[in-house]
Amino acid sequence: MYPASFEYFAPTTLDEALEILGRYDGEAKVLAGGQSLIPLMKLRFASPSALVDVNGVFELGTLTEEGGGLRIGALTRHKACERSELLRGRFGALGAAAPQISDPIVRNLGTVCGSLAHADPQGDWGSVMLAVGADVEARGPDGTRTIPIEDFFQGPFTTALEPADVITAVRVRDPGASAGGTYLKLERKIGDFATAGVAVHVSFANGTVGRAGIALTGVGATNVKATAAENVLAGAKLDDGTIKEAARLAAEAAEPRDDLRGTAEYKRNVVRVFTERGLRAVAEGRSHD
Amino acid sequence: MTEVITAREGAITRPITVRVNGTAHSAVVETRLLLAHFLRETLGLTGTHMGCDTTSCGACTVLLGGVPVKSCTVFAVQAEGHDVTTVEGLETADGLHPIQQAFHEEHGLQCGFCTPGMMLTATALLRENPNPTDEEIRWALSGNICRCTGYQNIVKAVHNAAAKLAGQWR
Repeated sequence: MYPASFEYFAPTTLDEALEILGRYDGEAKVLAGGQSLIPLMKLRFASPSALVDVNGVFELGTLTEEGGGLRIGALTRHKACERSELLRGRFGALGAAAPQISDPIVRNLGTVCGSLAHADPQGDWGSVMLAVGADVEARGPDGTRTIPIEDFFQGPFTTALEPADVITAVRVRDPGASAGGTYLKLERKIGDFATAGVAVHVSFANGTVGRAGIALTGVGATNVKATAAENVLAGAKLDDGTIKEAARLAAEAAEPRDDLRGTAEYKRNVVRVFTERGLRAVAEGRSHD
Repeated sequence: MTEVITAREGAITRPITVRVNGTAHSAVVETRLLLAHFLRETLGLTGTHMGCDTTSCGACTVLLGGVPVKSCTVFAVQAEGHDVTTVEGLETADGLHPIQQAFHEEHGLQCGFCTPGMMLTATALLRENPNPTDEEIRWALSGNICRCTGYQNIVKAVHNAAAKLAGQWR
């Protein structure tokens, strides 16, 4: 089960990493945590000519607060998110997702940005970022650019990144002073991909919902943003009727398929139940403010 | 100790030095060599077991810089300049490591295949959390699968080791 041969580079600066990626003209891959890339290489689904190991590029940074939002640098491991006090309250969707990523040993190495770059429709972070609101910061031959998460996922395992781009960080937007969220995931066992997952985020404004974010895992070709459900919440009170209607619309937005983890009908119902449960948890959390 | 291994003709190689269980090992390895195979085949440390080879089971868990990782999902070249601890590194001149003694006393194994990974993950847990609850132990070990389903005694063994280590440090 060996991967195909590849050249290996371990640069210590981002400039050096970009130079190598440019030289390989799309045939090199960035190695951060490696917890998705190495399994793909072992199966030879991926056979890059070169790996650019960025674990020594410390300027990529880790998890910090930034202007009311967060900067999650490209070397931020899932474990750091699991432990961070920053990912509570307003960033509750992130804090709830972190300990549900794969298993504890994988979380020691795997990174948030790597998971986004991998763009598995079963990935949890994609839904979380779509719900909370975030921008992917990438550097390529032409400099730094910012890709709104809403434009980032283009298909299964396909993103808006160019081949010679490195994600330097994902910036979570300021959710406002009063906000909350959570992430619910159904998995058959720890380490399995989601049968279905739902990320829920609500930013409040004057006692009603200002902006709501709902995104779904494992029920489409990419992480699915449940726009109609978000729209019915915006400007509304987070009451029983609104929650139920949003949950119905979220289930409608899902495009699940039958597989070993369950039937399409079952997964759609899980989305409905989890959306309702998530929104109730946010409403409940708010009543304790 | 220094070993130089010659890779096959035409292979893409890289020289690495990895400190394994306190001893520095230098070797020229293929870049695609997995850390698990470096340990087992290049260094002959077969206590690190290959189970699923798909990042699922945790049998190949070793400590890389003190942190549990699945060595089937790390390339040997990534360990360059780092410390690696395998199950062979647990025992000291005074005998078995407390975690090993505890697994023995509590019968925390049946077939023993998952045991090296279990013990290394447990060692890292106890270093961070010297007195974990049942739930914390089960949570920490949730990336290590025991197909004999002997979890009850594994949890007991980790408690036993915690008590032994607390005694040692007193």
